[in-house]
Amino acid sequence: MTAMFEGYTGADGPAYDEMFDPAGLRTSYDQLSTSLAEMTDQEIRSRVDALQAAYLDQGVTFDIGGEERAFPLDILPRVIEMEAWARIEKGVQQRVKVLEMFLEDVYDAGRVFEDGVIPRSVVTTSSHYHRAAAGITPPNGVRIQVSGIDLIRDNAGEFRVLEDNVRVPSGVSYVMTNRRAISSALPETFAQHRIRPVASYPQRLLSALRAAAPAGVTDPTVVVLTPGVYNGAYFEHALLARTMGVELVEGRDLVCRRGRVMMRTTKGLEQVHVIYRRVDDEFLDPVQFRADSLLGCPGLINAARAGNVTIANAIGNGVADDKLVYTYMPDLIRYYVGEEPVLRNVDTWRMGEADHREEVMDRLDELVLKPVDGSGGKGIVIGPRASAAELEELRAKVLQDPRAWIAQPVVQLSTVPTYIGGRMAPRHVDLRPFAVNDGQRVWVLPGGLTRVALAEGELIVNSSRGGGSKDTWVLAGPGGGQRRAQVQRQVTSTSAPVTAGPATQPVPVLVEQEQQQQQDRDDQRDDQRDDQSDDRGDAPC
Amino acid sequence: MLSRIAESMFWIGRYVERAEDTARILDVQTQLMLEDPTVDETATCRTLLSIMGVPHDEDTEVNRQTILELLAYDAQAPASIASALGAARESARRARETLSEPMWEAVNTTWRALPSGRFRSLRPPAVFGWVRDRAALVNGTAEATMTRDEGYQFLVLGRSIERADMTARLVATAALTSSSAASAWTTTLRACGAYEAFLRTYRGLETDRGAAEFLLLDRLFPRSIVHSISRAEQCLDNLESGGSRAGFGNDAQRLLGRTRADLEYRSLSDVVANLPAEMERLQYTCAAATDAVTRRYFAGAEATEWHGGGNL
Repeated sequence: MTAMFEGYTGADGPAYDEMFDPAGLRTSYDQLSTSLAEMTDQEIRSRVDALQAAYLDQGVTFDIGGEERAFPLDILPRVIEMEAWARIEKGVQQRVKVLEMFLEDVYDAGRVFEDGVIPRSVVTTSSHYHRAAAGITPPNGVRIQVSGIDLIRDNAGEFRVLEDNVRVPSGVSYVMTNRRAISSALPETFAQHRIRPVASYPQRLLSALRAAAPAGVTDPTVVVLTPGVYNGAYFEHALLARTMGVELVEGRDLVCRRGRVMMRTTKGLEQVHVIYRRVDDEFLDPVQFRADSLLGCPGLINAARAGNVTIANAIGNGVADDKLVYTYMPDLIRYYVGEEPVLRNVDTWRMGEADHREEVMDRLDELVLKPVDGSGGKGIVIGPRASAAELEELRAKVLQDPRAWIAQPVVQLSTVPTYIGGRMAPRHVDLRPFAVNDGQRVWVLPGGLTRVALAEGELIVNSSRGGGSKDTWVLAGPGGGQRRAQVQRQVTSTSAPVTAGPATQPVPVLVEQEQQQQQDRDDQRDDQRDDQSDDRGDAPC
Repeated sequence: MLSRIAESMFWIGRYVERAEDTARILDVQTQLMLEDPTVDETATCRTLLSIMGVPHDEDTEVNRQTILELLAYDAQAPASIASALGAARESARRARETLSEPMWEAVNTTWRALPSGRFRSLRPPAVFGWVRDRAALVNGTAEATMTRDEGYQFLVLGRSIERADMTARLVATAALTSSSAASAWTTTLRACGAYEAFLRTYRGLETDRGAAEFLLLDRLFPRSIVHSISRAEQCLDNLESGGSRAGFGNDAQRLLGRTRADLEYRSLSDVVANLPAEMERLQYTCAAATDAVTRRYFAGAEATEWHGGGNL
């Protein structure tokens, strides 16, 4: 073990450390730790620096308030064993399937309300419930082409669902760039593990998008719709468009004509069939939503309703990943598929319900309060960390609009050693696995984004709050996932020799010439000698 | 190809070329100021500023240092190398998904030298060499890695138009300074990397007239105005797929073709009689051609605003 880990004790408090248990190293990190032990501190440091520089050169960045920053990537990967991953995969698939069924139901008959599983008011009061979405039937029945289910690991090491993201989940680009960066920063370590690859994501996404094309379109034109370069996730939008080989459009590139969506090209207007949009619902279509939006395209929703274009993910998905609906998810899973949830929720109280509220209001200082609509860690109040004044303000806000809040116990996110200022220190992480639904099956990208809160003790991991990330290695084999020796395929035929130019002309010619020249000289000398001998011969004795 | 992306490609070409050519012009002029004792520094600097289209007060003091700030280091000054490199990178960021990865990295790493302070720490003439190297890297990477699709045509179109425009400015500066300094044309040729080629072509006969002819009219030298314009015309031709039997449908092509023919078919003495005015006319043609290209290919890209519906 290198000096990097000296004095590493795992997390303070009850949090689960993924690399060390009280007795020592966990088996999943065996190989990684042996491999790191072979490196000196200097070596690791120089690799960390190279990693940073590579991200800046490649422009792997995100924007905070207009400033472009490199996305911090930690040198130490996070390892997830095959068995643990199998459970995550199953749980995510189950959840996405149920969320699809729920959305289908909400924007259709609403059986779930009549059967009393969830009150209709929970959905109708959601700010993401859009009447405009009613009547838009997805061509292959898929509304959630891409989802990101946020998971955390509780104090016992069990993966739990923290929230669902089925609108425009972001971060998948970093899964791919992180893998590339880490494999070149730690090639030896990488080679010693059998890690499931993540590079196929764009192809999976593209085929899911193509599968969602309007009926009768055999070769659909797919585009990625971005709000523009100033959006925090612009890098990701560009990367996805690039790796899928499709156009990256902004709202102003699109125009609706007679219920069809066209894009302005140098050759005139060209019809678009599937829009993978990374613009929020409210900005998509000024005719239906915010009239002042310049990010969308007027007429988009009507074109979708006419069945001429598919918008992915579908409009109005926000009702399903509402934090309040989240609290009903276990019931919804039982109701729709008759199974127990594979991945459990974090215990949650709904502030909108009187008995829950009563239970929570006295203990605000012990709990985490989250706004139902919030994302990116905004508005979250962590009770034990808040001042009395902050708690008072929170109390007032909650009482004013209880529907807008939920409460959860302070879950200590698990920790993983992270390179901070020259040594390893425990930092809290979460995990966002990404799932792609092409209508046939829900595919879960083996890896997902591990976000890490870089400040000591910090529990909010969002990149907008100064979070970084880690490469996430899902092992392909049991145990430490060591790579087995593979049979090298032999090259049988010999290739043609490489030709060379005159400067490296094969030597024999020169040698020959040189010999020739030498020979000539020798001959001359001989002649001279002969002459001399002749002279001598002729000389009178 | 999306109009907006096409526009970005066009401007990547222009900005990279602008940075490179500005570096070449500055290289010549700073060298002259150092070498030639007869050069009036203030007057030269003023001429340089007006040729580069930088507005300046007649009473403010300009010297070598202010020129370097305005035309090289200051990222806020619109005509500076720093701002051209910044703008090239910003355009590249908008066209990120169409650029090849090495191409993007070449542009991005070049730009990264600006905020990191590396660019400023380089002094002349090393800084000009650096800019030339970076431009060569970007252009070479484009040459080696980009498919010859529309995007590439727009990139080269932008580069060629900018090169014609900047060579015109370079020739104008040479013409203005050559009255006082005999070596101005030599230095100008050197800045284009064309001095030896020129000597070979003209068999060592070094005349101002010959140098002007070489930079203006040589069909084989890639930085000459005629060559640059022909290259631009060729790109436009490639962009207009269906060959037409008569004339040209494209305004930009008409403008460029007419200007090139004008340069080539007039007698040299006529052209060089008043070089600065002639070169200024050429710059206006380049601007008009850019407008025409914008109208024809990029016009769709402007934002539409939705009026109507209640505000939410």
